[in-house]
Amino acid sequence: MSKTYEKYYVPAQSPWPIVGAVALFLIAFGAGNYVNEVTRQQPGYGGYMLAAGFVVLIFMLFGWFKNVIDESMSGLYSAQMDRSFRQGMSWFIVSEVMFFMAFFGALFYGRVIALDWLSGGSNNAMTFEILWPSFEAMWPLLKTPGGIETQAMPATGLPMINTAILLLSSVTLHFAHTGLEQNKRSQLKIMLLVTLLLGATFLGLQVYEYIHAYRDLGLTLASGFYGNTFFLLTGFHGMHVTLGAIILLFVFFRVLKGHFTPEKHFAFQAAAWYWHFVDVVWLCLYVFVYVI
Amino acid sequence: MSAVVTDHEHEHHDHKPSGIKRWLYTTNHKDIGTMYLVFALIMFFIGGAMAMVIRAELFQPGMQFVEPNFFNQMTTVHGLIMVFGAVMPAFTGLANWMIPMMIGAPDMALPRMNNWSFWILPFAFLILLMSLFMPGGGPNFGWTFYAPLSTTYSGDSTALFVFSVHIMGISSIMGAINVIVTIFNLRAPGMTWMKMPLFVWTWLITAFLLIMVMPVLAGVVTMVLTDKYFGTSFFDAAGGGDPVLFQHIFWFFGHPEVYIMILPAFGIVSSIVPTFARKPLFGYASMVYATSSIALLSFLVWAHHMFTTGMPVAGALFFMYCTMLIAVPTGVKVFNWVATMWRGAMTFEVPMMFALAFIVLFTIGGFSGLMLAITPADFQYHDTYFVVAHFHYVLVTGAVFSIIAAAYYWLPKWTGHMYDEKLGQWHFWCSLISVNMLFFPMHFVGLAGMPRRIPDYALQFADFNAFISIGGFLFGASQLIFVAVLVKCARGGEKATAQVWEGAEGLEWEVPSPAPYHTFETPPVIK
Ligand code: HEM
Ligand SMILES: [Cu+2]
Repeated sequence: MSKTYEKYYVPAQSPWPIVGAVALFLIAFGAGNYVNEVTRQQPGYGGYMLAAGFVVLIFMLFGWFKNVIDESMSGLYSAQMDRSFRQGMSWFIVSEVMFFMAFFGALFYGRVIALDWLSGGSNNAMTFEILWPSFEAMWPLLKTPGGIETQAMPATGLPMINTAILLLSSVTLHFAHTGLEQNKRSQLKIMLLVTLLLGATFLGLQVYEYIHAYRDLGLTLASGFYGNTFFLLTGFHGMHVTLGAIILLFVFFRVLKGHFTPEKHFAFQAAAWYWHFVDVVWLCLYVFVYVI
Repeated sequence: MSAVVTDHEHEHHDHKPSGIKRWLYTTNHKDIGTMYLVFALIMFFIGGAMAMVIRAELFQPGMQFVEPNFFNQMTTVHGLIMVFGAVMPAFTGLANWMIPMMIGAPDMALPRMNNWSFWILPFAFLILLMSLFMPGGGPNFGWTFYAPLSTTYSGDSTALFVFSVHIMGISSIMGAINVIVTIFNLRAPGMTWMKMPLFVWTWLITAFLLIMVMPVLAGVVTMVLTDKYFGTSFFDAAGGGDPVLFQHIFWFFGHPEVYIMILPAFGIVSSIVPTFARKPLFGYASMVYATSSIALLSFLVWAHHMFTTGMPVAGALFFMYCTMLIAVPTGVKVFNWVATMWRGAMTFEVPMMFALAFIVLFTIGGFSGLMLAITPADFQYHDTYFVVAHFHYVLVTGAVFSIIAAAYYWLPKWTGHMYDEKLGQWHFWCSLISVNMLFFPMHFVGLAGMPRRIPDYALQFADFNAFISIGGFLFGASQLIFVAVLVKCARGGEKATAQVWEGAEGLEWEVPSPAPYHTFETPPVIK
C-alpha cells in the first residue's frame, strides 16, 4: 500500500457529531416515554421530544453531509480516503444484515422448533397435553395456542408484483451506475429517476397491503407469531427502503447539480450498495415470509 | 509520500483548540480516547457504588437496607454499566489512543464518526440512570433481561432501557467500523499483517465480533419492546412464540460479547509481558490464529448458558463440546505468555504485576468456565454464585485488570510523566488481596447452592458472605488509590522518556512522551 499513502484528510473539528448525539438522546428519551404514553393513553411530552429529536437529526445530517460534500468537491479527499468510506459503508451493511438475521432467526426458530414443541414434539408431550391439547401445528400459524385467529397473506398477487418492482429497481439502478461510469449523464438521470419511482411505488403498494391485512384479513401485529414476524420483517424492510429512497433522492439532486465523476462517486456507490442490499433482503423475505 | 493534510497545515503541528469546544467538537483520536477512558472510569465508580449496595445488603442474611425490587435494579444496572459503560468503552478508549500510534496512522479512519460514537454513550447511560428514578423504578430483570421478566413482568422503564441499549449498540458498531477500517486502510507502509502488534490484531477481531453481534442485540431488545408494548408474542408460547427463543437470540449476542470483553485484554497482556520479560513474544503467529479461532468458535457455543432450559440432549452435547474446544486456543495463549517469560530478564513494575495477576486469575476463571461447560455439572451450578464467581474472575481479574495494566503501561506515553510506582504497587497489592477475598469464596457458596440475584440467603452462607462483603468494600476502596495515581500522574512527576520502558518495542515508543497531538502526519517507515 506504500504508494497510495498520501494526503489523508483529517477534519480539524466538527460540531455535527455532538448535535447528532443530542438528537439521538431526544429520540431515545422521547420514544421511551412516548411508547408508554401511547400504550397507556396517558398525556405527556414524549412525542414532542421524539419529533424534536428527528428535527435535530435531520438538521445534523444536512450540516454534516454538506461539510463532507464541500470537502469532497474541493478535492481534499484522496483515493485512500475514498477507500475508508467504502469499507466503512460495507461494514455498516454487514451490521444491517445481522440485524435482519435476528428476525429471520426468530422466524426459523418459531416455525421449525417452537411449532413442533408446542404440538408435543421433542420432549414436550406434556406441554401439549396439559396446556393446549387442541392446538394444531401449521404454518402460517392461523390459530395460535391461545386462540387468536387470522388469515394468511398470499404470496401471489400484490407481493409478487412488488417483488418484480423492487428487482426491476435494482436493475435500473445498475444502469444508472453504468451511465455514470461511461459519463452518459442523461442515462444516469433517467435511470435514477425510474429507480426512485419504482421504489416509491413499492412503498405505496406495501402501505396498501398493510391496510388490506388489517382490514380484510385480520392479520395484525398482535395476531400471534405469524403476524409478528410478518410485520416486523416487512416493516423493518420498508423502513430501510424508505431510508434508501431518501438517500437516492439526495444523490439524484446532486446528480442534477452536476456532482460525481466516472472515477469518483462514493456517495452514489454507497447509496447503490444500500439499495441492492435492501433488495436482497426483500428476496429472502419474499421466499421465507410469503412463499414457504 | 506527502504529509497528512489537516486544517492546521500551516500552523504549529501540535496546536490544540482550547476550552470545552476542544472536547465537544474534537476529531482527534487521542482526545476521543481520553474521553472514552475518563467516561469508563466514572462509570466504573458508579457501577461500583451499586455493587457496594449489593454487598451491603448481602453482608448479613435477612433484609437489611434495601427493598428486593431495588436490590434487583442494582444487580441489573450494575451489570449493564460495567459491561457496556465501563469495560467496553475503556477498551475502545485504548483502541483510539493506541491503534493509530501502533500502526503509524495519522488518526482514526473516520474521525468525525469517532466523535459521534463517543458522545452518544454518555447520553445512553444518562437515560439508563434516569430510568432508575421513574415511578416503579428502573430495569430490574438482570443484565440478561430474560423474557418474560422483561416483557410480562417488567415496569414502565423498560422502553427507556430498550432505547438506551439501542444507543449503546450504535456507538459500539460505529466504533468497531472505525477500528476495522483504520486497520485495513491506514497502516503505514511496511506494516504488514503479521507485523502488527497483537493489541491491534485482537482489536481487529473484536471489532468484527462487535459488528456481527451488536445488531442481534438490537434485534432482541426490539422484540422485547414489541412484546411488552405492542402485543407481539415472540417470547410468549400462547401466541406461538417461546421464551426460550429470547435466550437463544440473547446468547447468540451474549457469548461473543464476553469475548469482546476479553480479546483486547489478551492483546494488552501480549504487549506488556514481552516488555517486562525483555524477550519477544513467544509464538506470535499462534497467538493470531488462536485469537481468530476463539472468535469463530464463540459463535457456536451460546447455548452453554441454557443447559437447564430443557434442550434436546444432542444440542446440549454439541454445545458442551464446542465450549470445551474453546479452552484449547485459550490454553495456547496462556502457554505462550508463560513461555515468553521463561528465562526472561524480568522486572516487576505495576503493569507487569497486573499482567501477571491477569494470567493466573484469568486462568482460574477459565477453569471454572470449563466446569460450567460440563452439561450435567451445570445443572447443579447454574444460577448460583459459582457462575458469579466464574464471570467475575474472567471479567474483573481478567478484563478490568488488563485495563488497569494498560493504563499503567501507557500512562507515561499519554501524560509524559511516570506514575508513582510506590502508590501503584500499593494499588496492586490491595486490589489483588481484596479481589480474591471478594470473589474466591463465591465459588464455595455457589457450589453449596446459594442462588444468584437474591437479596437474602440461608443462614449457613452467612460467614462467607460477610467475608465476601468485606473483600468487596476493600476492593472498592483500593480503587481510590488508582484515582490518586492517575491524578498525580496527570499533574506531574518524573519526566518520561520516549521509550519509557527498557524492553518496550513498537512504533508508539518511538514518538516522544507525551505523544504529540498529531502523531504520524508523515507515515513512518517500518523496518
Ligand atoms: C474457557 C473459557 C470459558 C468457558 C468454558 C466458559 C463457560 C461458561 C459457561 C458454561 C457459563 C454458563 C454458566 C451458567 O449460567 O450456568 C458461563 C457464564 C458466563 N461467562 Fe464464561 N466461559 C469461559 C470464558 C469466559 C470469558 C473469557 C468471559 C468474559 C470475559 C466469560 C464471561 C461469562 C459471563 C459474563 C457469564 C455469565 C452470564 C450470566 O448468566 O450473567 N466467560 N461461562
Ligand atoms: Cu458463554
